[in-house]
Amino acid sequence: MQRYRVVKRQERLGWRSCFVFLVAIGLSLLLSALLLALRGTSPLEGILVLFKGGFGTRWALEDCLLKAIPLFLCSLGVSIAFRLQIWNIGAEGQFALGAVGATWMALSFPDLPAFILLPLMIAMACAAGGAWGFIPALLRQKLGTNEIIVTLMMNYIAIQLLDYLVYGVWKDPTSFGFPMTQTFSDQAILGRMGTSSIHWGIVHCLVLGILFWIFFTFTRTGFELKACGDSVRASRYAGIPYDRLVILVMVLSGALAGWAGFLEASATINRLQPSIMVGYGYTAIVVAWLARLNPLQIGITSFLLAGLRVGVENMQLDLQVPAAYGNIMEGLILLTVLAGGFFIHYRIVMVKSA
Amino acid sequence: MNQEMIIPLLAAAIVSGTPILYATLGEMITEKSGVLNLGVEGIMIVGSLAAFLVAKFTGSPVLGFVAAGLAGLCIASLHGVVCLFFQGNQVVSGLALTIFGTGLANYLGTSFVGISAPGFSAVPIPGLAEIPVIGPIFFQHDPLVYVSYLLPVCLWIFFHNTRFGLGMRAVGEYPEAASAAGVNVQNYRWLGILAGGFCIGLGGAYLSLAYTHLWTNSLTGGRGWIAVALVIFAFWRPGRAVFGAYLFGGIMALQLRMQATGTHLPSSLLLMLPYGLTIIVLVLSSLKRERTGAPAALGVNIEPVD
Repeated sequence: MQRYRVVKRQERLGWRSCFVFLVAIGLSLLLSALLLALRGTSPLEGILVLFKGGFGTRWALEDCLLKAIPLFLCSLGVSIAFRLQIWNIGAEGQFALGAVGATWMALSFPDLPAFILLPLMIAMACAAGGAWGFIPALLRQKLGTNEIIVTLMMNYIAIQLLDYLVYGVWKDPTSFGFPMTQTFSDQAILGRMGTSSIHWGIVHCLVLGILFWIFFTFTRTGFELKACGDSVRASRYAGIPYDRLVILVMVLSGALAGWAGFLEASATINRLQPSIMVGYGYTAIVVAWLARLNPLQIGITSFLLAGLRVGVENMQLDLQVPAAYGNIMEGLILLTVLAGGFFIHYRIVMVKSA
Repeated sequence: MNQEMIIPLLAAAIVSGTPILYATLGEMITEKSGVLNLGVEGIMIVGSLAAFLVAKFTGSPVLGFVAAGLAGLCIASLHGVVCLFFQGNQVVSGLALTIFGTGLANYLGTSFVGISAPGFSAVPIPGLAEIPVIGPIFFQHDPLVYVSYLLPVCLWIFFHNTRFGLGMRAVGEYPEAASAAGVNVQNYRWLGILAGGFCIGLGGAYLSLAYTHLWTNSLTGGRGWIAVALVIFAFWRPGRAVFGAYLFGGIMALQLRMQATGTHLPSSLLLMLPYGLTIIVLVLSSLKRERTGAPAALGVNIEPVD
């Protein structure tokens, strides 16, 4: 009779971890395809539409890039918090607050020149998003309140706040009762690059990504953050101000999500309306984890998961697959990749027992 | 406010608190075994859909109720596979489960939005229901509410007076010691995850079978997360969970009533209430600095290497 035993790997798996990753993705695709059959959609056709719709055309690729922009920023944000093992699930709310902050400036000073107004909007978006991250961080460090639940509850509150504003004081009187603000003035809109549909937010992403890398590689605080991520206890003994870092990280995290909120409001939809909330903040968590918190991989993964969203939109149009299908896939991919992580650290040995 | 308004409000608090109570107790069972399952929201909503579909197609709400428990158990077992077999991070696995579960329920339920299914209706308990004040508040509800009255008592007895319950607590507090004493840690954790998932699924069933009698997208509306918070608020004690769940039920009932009577407050501000209250409740319970009752090994995986 054969039995198995789990053994910890002595040497690192190296490139073969890619293989584990691919098997995990494959398994999640297979399971998602089976779920398609459950609602009477042909699994093969479905997956084909998903890939063709997501990555098959120039238009689709541009759409992917557009959706990857907010995902990248939110994900970069949550990844710094995750490094310290602070579970910031609040990117969704911080994103909403960022959009609200940017809109506030855009509606208050519509006539300022763009080179003053846009930075003002960004500053307010980051401040609002950062504040939304600051509250749970403060509660966590001062009182030990669980940050997972506080950040999550603040998502719900942020969305209600956004609704309150667009249904109430900020509602455009000429919108025939639709809950939306006026279209921003031209100075408050971040333009598109040339003839493409891509807005300048992608440059923001590149610059922020590089700054992020410089921060972690060359600054003292960045180094301290890395050290804390490896071991909180060890870093405390080394005199690193862990409490302050947690607050800093959550504010940064919120500010990045807020920046993403600014980009969506200013560049993508040019106003504030409830449909700005499409769950980027939650997908960002999936992205950050799949990318193992590495900024470059976050960039790539953001693009891929943005493609998943675009692909599902196509499935919705062509095959009447409900939009929620995207969540199923995200959840399954995360679950299988998480389980696959086991084989990176352990291996299973068959043992012949007498 | 006079008595004629307060009694129906309290009765409504029990009704809206019941799904949260089921979910809170379910999560408590799981956490007692040392496993943190943040998938409550996802498990609960799959439970509601399963209950709805089975009740609709068999015509039997009782079967629907059981199906919800089984569906909850199945979804929760994914958490077991990822965290117990494959040593996945419990926080991330739970989040993934929530994303997956809400996606699955909204995906499979799309064609049923707004459609109603047979559910439970109020069955006053003869005798008890006639007691003034207490009767109308506690004993004029549907059978699922009465089941939820028994649950905390059963749980308390389970955790304090049975071999299984004590074993489970040991596994949640100090798995190495429990293991040395001959307790199979993985089995107890599986039991915690599956029983918890079953119970959370029942909470979902309450929403579609007794609370609304119909299916809508995102039916749970954050109740699963409130349950996670309430476990902390309850200091992992079933009795306090009852108090917490009805407190939230009260706020939700009050909020609905205020919306219906048309106060000057905009509805989005009213809708913030339960979420804001969750934060307040958590902050209050973290003020208690000494031992709060959290299982010491909560969220920590056990290495499979022997």
